Amino acid sequence: MGLILAILVQGIQMVLVLALAPGLVGFTRKVKARLLRRQGPSILQPYRDLLRLVRKEAVLADNASWLFRNAPYLIFATTWVAAALVPTFASGLHFSWAADLIAITALLGSARFFLALAGMDIGTSFGGIGSSREMLFSTLAEPAMIMIVFTVALVAGSTQLSTVAAFMVNHSTLRVSLGLALIGLIIVALTENARVPVDNPATHLELTMVHEAMVLEYSGRHLAVIELASALKLLLYISLIACIFAPWGMARQDDGLLGMAIGAVTWVGKLAVGGFLMVVFETAIAKMRVFRVPEFVGGALMLGLLGTLLLFVSRSF
Amino acid sequence: MERFSLDAAHLLAGGMVLVSFMMLYQNRILGLLNVFAAHAVVLSLSVAWQAYVQAAPHLFVTAAIALILKAIIIPVALHRMVLRLGVHRDIETVGGIGLTMLMGIGLVALSMVVMLPAAAEADPIAREDLALALSVILLGLLMMVTRQNAISQIVGFMSLENGLVLAATGARGMPLVVEISVAFSVLVAFIVIGVFLFRIRERFDTIDTQALDDFREGRE
Amino acid sequence: MPIVAALLSVAGLAGVAMVAPVIIARRTSWATPIVYGASFVLAAVLLVCGLLALLGGATFQGSVHLPIGLPWIGAHFALDPLSAAFLVIVDLGAMVASFYAIGYGAHEEEPGRVLPFYPAFLAGMNLVVLSADAFGFLVAWEFMSLSSWALVMAHHHDAENRRAGYVYLLMASFGTLMLLLAFGLLAGPDGDYVFSAMRSAEHVPWVSGLVLVLMLLGAGSKAGLVPLHVWLPLAHPAAPSHVSALMSGVMTKVAIYGFIRVVFDLAGEPAWWWAVIVLILGAGSAVLGVLHAVLQRDLKRLLAYSTVENVGIVFIGLGLGLAFKTNDMDGAAALAVTASIFHAFNHSLFKSLLFFGAGNVLTGAGERDIEKLGGLVHRMPETAYLFLGGCLAISALPPLNGFVSEWLILQAILLSPDLPQWALRFLVPASGAMLALAAALAAACFVRAFGITFLSRPRSPAAETAREVGRWQIRAMYALMALCLVAGVFPGPFLDALSPVSQLLVGGAMPKQPILPHFSIIPISESRSSYSGFLVFFFILMASWAAIRVIHNFASRAVRRAPPWDCGFPDPSPATQYTADSFAQPIRRVFGPIAFRAKTDLSMPLPGDMEPARLTLSLRDLVWEFIYAPLEGAVLYAAERLNVLQFLTIRSYLSLVFAALVLLLVLVATWA
Repeated sequence: MGLILAILVQGIQMVLVLALAPGLVGFTRKVKARLLRRQGPSILQPYRDLLRLVRKEAVLADNASWLFRNAPYLIFATTWVAAALVPTFASGLHFSWAADLIAITALLGSARFFLALAGMDIGTSFGGIGSSREMLFSTLAEPAMIMIVFTVALVAGSTQLSTVAAFMVNHSTLRVSLGLALIGLIIVALTENARVPVDNPATHLELTMVHEAMVLEYSGRHLAVIELASALKLLLYISLIACIFAPWGMARQDDGLLGMAIGAVTWVGKLAVGGFLMVVFETAIAKMRVFRVPEFVGGALMLGLLGTLLLFVSRSF
Repeated sequence: MERFSLDAAHLLAGGMVLVSFMMLYQNRILGLLNVFAAHAVVLSLSVAWQAYVQAAPHLFVTAAIALILKAIIIPVALHRMVLRLGVHRDIETVGGIGLTMLMGIGLVALSMVVMLPAAAEADPIAREDLALALSVILLGLLMMVTRQNAISQIVGFMSLENGLVLAATGARGMPLVVEISVAFSVLVAFIVIGVFLFRIRERFDTIDTQALDDFREGRE
Repeated sequence: MPIVAALLSVAGLAGVAMVAPVIIARRTSWATPIVYGASFVLAAVLLVCGLLALLGGATFQGSVHLPIGLPWIGAHFALDPLSAAFLVIVDLGAMVASFYAIGYGAHEEEPGRVLPFYPAFLAGMNLVVLSADAFGFLVAWEFMSLSSWALVMAHHHDAENRRAGYVYLLMASFGTLMLLLAFGLLAGPDGDYVFSAMRSAEHVPWVSGLVLVLMLLGAGSKAGLVPLHVWLPLAHPAAPSHVSALMSGVMTKVAIYGFIRVVFDLAGEPAWWWAVIVLILGAGSAVLGVLHAVLQRDLKRLLAYSTVENVGIVFIGLGLGLAFKTNDMDGAAALAVTASIFHAFNHSLFKSLLFFGAGNVLTGAGERDIEKLGGLVHRMPETAYLFLGGCLAISALPPLNGFVSEWLILQAILLSPDLPQWALRFLVPASGAMLALAAALAAACFVRAFGITFLSRPRSPAAETAREVGRWQIRAMYALMALCLVAGVFPGPFLDALSPVSQLLVGGAMPKQPILPHFSIIPISESRSSYSGFLVFFFILMASWAAIRVIHNFASRAVRRAPPWDCGFPDPSPATQYTADSFAQPIRRVFGPIAFRAKTDLSMPLPGDMEPARLTLSLRDLVWEFIYAPLEGAVLYAAERLNVLQFLTIRSYLSLVFAALVLLLVLVATWA
């Protein structure tokens, strides 16, 4: 019975994550519009966009290869698997021992690898711009993420996210290294999700494109799958920050259905708060020029390294 | 509660180290002044917390001095000085922000290595806070060394002094008279430097110390 | 007994090497398949011997003493778990390379310069792994170096290859000298060169420390540690592709074997500062190697620099193992050492795969310069697909094998806060950060390599007219790809196979990897962390299958081909797409000033001036400038001064002889 329930919870998580991701994107767009004194599209608009895109025919360039056609599905699959392993409403996920935080980071790295290759496939200059800038940012964002994982793992005693979530729920602490890790993770999340100040998700100017440039040649169902994958990635990062640094309300191991319902409601609330704060930050700051971003992300790497160093030096930091 | 007070003290001291790194990261003068004001605010919070934990009311006065003098008066005065000197659009090239921040991490590691084994018999709050305070001092010195603009060097000097105050309050026993005399001497130094800056600017049309180096006697 | 079979196979390889010139003289067209086929079979026998010794336990291990060689030493050979593990690595690579070469070697213009030396190279490598006394080890080492030098000089018409051979010979001789000194120190004043005697002798700490430094100089230079790596990017590309795969994938592992054998086994208890040196050199090699790789235009040179990076990663793991062993943390030491050897194995697999792909590109398109390639995914689809697999594996992406070994090393780093020494407590997180940085840069490097070579549009007629290569070459790559996938999805059996090795080296082993549930691996204990490659692979497959099915069934599957969109301004000229240099420019701009003192000078002429604008980029190899160029200068200076001795008068020569005689008589008088 316990096993059935555990697998059911994992399955519900996978479906819930997929269902809520476009809603999160719609919510952020609505909030951003409101902050800019516009009406903005409805929160359900991304769902309608995805539905419209999948029903259209895909227009492929003459020299698009099998990699270009299959990359969207691979990107989506790796991102979805990674998102399914981040605890959202319940801190114990049945398959969390299959992949820990480092594996989740590497899965997102796989998605980025295929996306960058897809950007280079057609052989246009836009794709090259996107891929080369994306790989530049990732050379600093990935080590930063690994150092943040180290900091969290040294505090919680394991890299397994369920163990980390359970530890954080049971021992609410206020530690320097976790503070540094939080700021680093916020910077990495902004970089990985192509938000201002690193990249503008709503741009069509080549001077400011990174993510949009790589997917410029995609259309129809391929574009829909890639957009869904980006939405999943945003949901993943906000859930990750909530799970590690704001775990209150998550259902513990032995809480029943009521506990999980409370966990689900608090999780949706945290997504809303996280999305709102992100949009406020985006509206308040200008996009950085490209060669200032490595310094920004390098700052996250330094923070992660500092946090790890402090924990290596003394356990009470 | 004991654990919480320890963690809060570490958090505030670590926050000062973080803000010192943010100062190293800034490359515009006005942004630097804002971060310096934040540095002083975190310092006053940290001193106030120490005052609460140690039950030493005179430290509240220290916190107030830090807040009023260093978070409000000095940044505002520097702001106006910058606008009058006309250097508020300069973007300083400091020889690689990445390299500077790496050196900063090395300095933090150095202060850990120095402080933590040496003060092993001291009280845990004091030992680790002292290590973080030494880091702030060294980062302030690093800032003075890696900047070319005189105003940034002043800010580095001020942040160094903030680190000294943090160290002194952490060590449980800084009398008020020491704090007041140190604060006044810093204020006097600041006024004198300010006056000199205007004279230098009048004469040489620049306060970039690298360029000023060329005017030294004995150089062709 | 497996060791007897192994020695007979090595003798067989030597025999093939001697017979090869005869076959070439008689029937040239059959020579290639015969030599490579024989090498394949003998390497397979050696692989089976190694597997039996590793998996079968003590019954299949053993040692042999032959009365050949020096009369007072003889020749000792032993097959213990460490030799067995590396025998498996060497011969798996040799088998696949021989299979590949049956197809690739058919394009060789001068088979007489390659065929006799190839089996000799294999024999030398196997003999190094099997030797159990210092003399045999050094003879086999030199044999391996000389035969690989001959292979590097196979295409001697190219001046670059001649220079590569010269530098290689110089560095190899230097390395052997260092090894000679190291073994001399270990043998001690009694001069007992057998490994078993060295193992049980009394170890003086400063002597052991000196042995470590000499081994780093000797074996490290052969493996490709910075700063002794300079020969590697010159020599590895110069050789034919299957030999490059062997040199990068297998010979570097033989050097690592030598290092592990001496430092972990023969030199006694390590001191904690050994770990400091090894970690610094490993982390430096990892980052510098991949930074060089990102900027290369030559595909094979790019792969050679990437080998430097991976050797650095192996040495980071070995440094961690030394640190834990010094502090008696057996479980952690076992994890670190097992992870390093597993990474060495994985690297031999995917580096060979990548070099074979480069060989295919060279055969099919005739170009090694990636700036002249492009669009090969349409002309050479299978090579492209397999090369992509190799790129995924080397970038440490799940579910392939590169990720597993790097994950294990990162888990070992997480165990280090318990180390008591302060220097290690700072160095280990710094090495972890450098390892993560190297992994991220490697991903960028291989996106560039695959994207510019195989994707995008052809940049030259050579790329437009490329052809897919023969079946032998493709099948060899399929075999390696399958092994990479198996090692990534089911790493548990591989880790269990390495437990006798770590037991021998550090006195502890990783916990037995469970088969259930779902083939996950556990580095330390179930509660800390685990990883299941099988489940990750399964979930990725299921998720993609589900996505494809749902979309194709409920939405559209229509496709229309059209010219590229390119924001409405498509340009048919392939010169408007990104080049390899432009792809690497952001990374060069961020990391270049630190690692290469990169400087760009832009000279813009004034308006009206008809001169062109010039952009000059200068990159300096700091290792060459600060270490090798001064050495070269010093040697030349000394040679100039000593040249005077060539031109003295007869009276001066006579007085020199007289002075030497007098000196010797004085010495005899004072010391007799």
